[in-house]
Amino acid sequence: MFLKFLLRRLLYVIPMLLITTLIVFSLILLIPGDPVLAMLGDSATHEKVEELRRQLGLDQPVMLQYFHWLNNAIHGDLGRSIFTGQLVDEALMQTLFVTMQLVVVGMIFSIVGGLFFAITSIYFPNSWMDYVARFFGTLGTAIPNFLVAMVLIIFFSLKLNWVPATGFTSIVHEPVSFLQQIILPGFSLSLAGIAVITRHLRSSLMETMDADYVRTAYSKGVSRYQAIFKHSLQNAMLPVVTTIGLLFGTMLGATVVVETIFAIPGMGQLVVNAIGQRDFTIVQGVVLVMIVMVIVINFITDIVYALLDPRIEY
Amino acid sequence: MSFKTIFKRLMAERLAFISFIFLGILVIIALLAPYIVPYEPFKQDLTKVMSPPSTEHWLGTDGLGSDIFSQLLMGSQTAIKAALFAIMIPLFIGVPLGILSGYFGGIIDDIFMRIVDGIIAIPAIILALGITSALGVNLMNAMMAIGIIFTPQFARLARGQTLQVRSEPYVEAAKISGAGSVWIMVRHIIPNISPPIVVQASFNLSIAILIETTLSFLGMGAQQPEVSWGNLIQQGYSMIDMYPWMMVYPGIAILLTILAGNFLGDGLRVALDPKQRKS
Repeated sequence: MFLKFLLRRLLYVIPMLLITTLIVFSLILLIPGDPVLAMLGDSATHEKVEELRRQLGLDQPVMLQYFHWLNNAIHGDLGRSIFTGQLVDEALMQTLFVTMQLVVVGMIFSIVGGLFFAITSIYFPNSWMDYVARFFGTLGTAIPNFLVAMVLIIFFSLKLNWVPATGFTSIVHEPVSFLQQIILPGFSLSLAGIAVITRHLRSSLMETMDADYVRTAYSKGVSRYQAIFKHSLQNAMLPVVTTIGLLFGTMLGATVVVETIFAIPGMGQLVVNAIGQRDFTIVQGVVLVMIVMVIVINFITDIVYALLDPRIEY
Repeated sequence: MSFKTIFKRLMAERLAFISFIFLGILVIIALLAPYIVPYEPFKQDLTKVMSPPSTEHWLGTDGLGSDIFSQLLMGSQTAIKAALFAIMIPLFIGVPLGILSGYFGGIIDDIFMRIVDGIIAIPAIILALGITSALGVNLMNAMMAIGIIFTPQFARLARGQTLQVRSEPYVEAAKISGAGSVWIMVRHIIPNISPPIVVQASFNLSIAILIETTLSFLGMGAQQPEVSWGNLIQQGYSMIDMYPWMMVYPGIAILLTILAGNFLGDGLRVALDPKQRKS
């Protein structure tokens, strides 16, 4: 039965992938005027213009162009960078692992922070900790991550000199300097995540703490600690699983800003530089990879949710 | 509920009241900004580079001697303009599409909703970057991109609400008495689905400002002579080790505006909810 459910979800993912890839592809249609000229600039020679036009397949009908592009993309061929001539998939492979490290750290911070604030807020209702959690839950989504990043740099790098302001070392090369350098970007990335998880988990915990089975547990004499950790939390976490899955997409987008500020050589920085250089094949490649990642994560989230929730019948 | 009672209920919420006043003042400042700025926002005065706050320059000057206070005022205009423009696109395109899709249903509805799901799956900043990079980097295109990002969210919301309202007895009654589809949609569906859309719109005003400042910060939004709070923070960032408090004012401006938008949205949600009858 579970296999059938899995297949049904998978069937839903395929049109999703087709639609989003079509959107990514049609971005090129938005370029006003001749996209090839727009990419190469006015000084390009005639041969170069024609070559790129052929390379992009722009001399063919649009739908055909799309299928051609999609076919190549499935085979890992995303063309070459217009600016540097590097293979797009190569550039993506170099940067993807960096961005993933950043996102995973951001995710860990978000989940740990969200759990901490939500649980303390429920454990000590109307205490100062409760107010801190609620304040954080409101502020976290209102403060732009570039602002957080800069405040962190000013305090922890420039004033206190605890950690370097910019730079990145991969975890496989030097774990210690990786940790030093990832703390600030990881935290700027996760602030919104902490806020969202805190808010959702807190309201979800409030609901389950009022549920009959928790009241029954209380009347049998369990402590507040046990009521939260043994009875409430498991059920309250369930809707938060979806929140965490959705957070992944937001975070992936936010890496663009965080990587630019902290000079981390990931996909976000790649795409920002590519836009500056009108390197459209790179932009397409990055957007495509990010979208596919988001869709895959959403798919996994759905499956995890179904596995965790005994009420869902496949 | 009449407009007057909704307004009264909104003003009874303390935070919403304060936010409403704040945003009102901000809109007035934005409208008057070109006439009340003490200096031209980018007028250079190299004798007064990076001067601290004084009676002459209330918030000091930047690296080229331009008045930060004037830049901040002009930035409010950009923020308000971007937010209002960006919200118009989903309201006038997304909402009608959502209503039509939900009202008529069928295969068109299915296809339409798959497209909407697809666009929503794309991280907002990434889509905005993709669109602006294709259209060309300037404030107008950034605003368009934000509007395009919002459109599927509003279409989905409007569709969901329409599905609920469609089977209400008063719609059935209107149908039986011979009302046409257009009449039902305009007279019955739109008024009844508007409260959640208004609430969502007020939240999205904040999100629009957040995205606009982010794009401008990355250099993908407002370009000189347009001023955005995001640009000002970007300038502050380039001098972060010498003059770290240059980004404080635009930072506070962004934070307060977004908070005010969120509180107003919260207040509207309560005020427009007919179930919460507070005295």
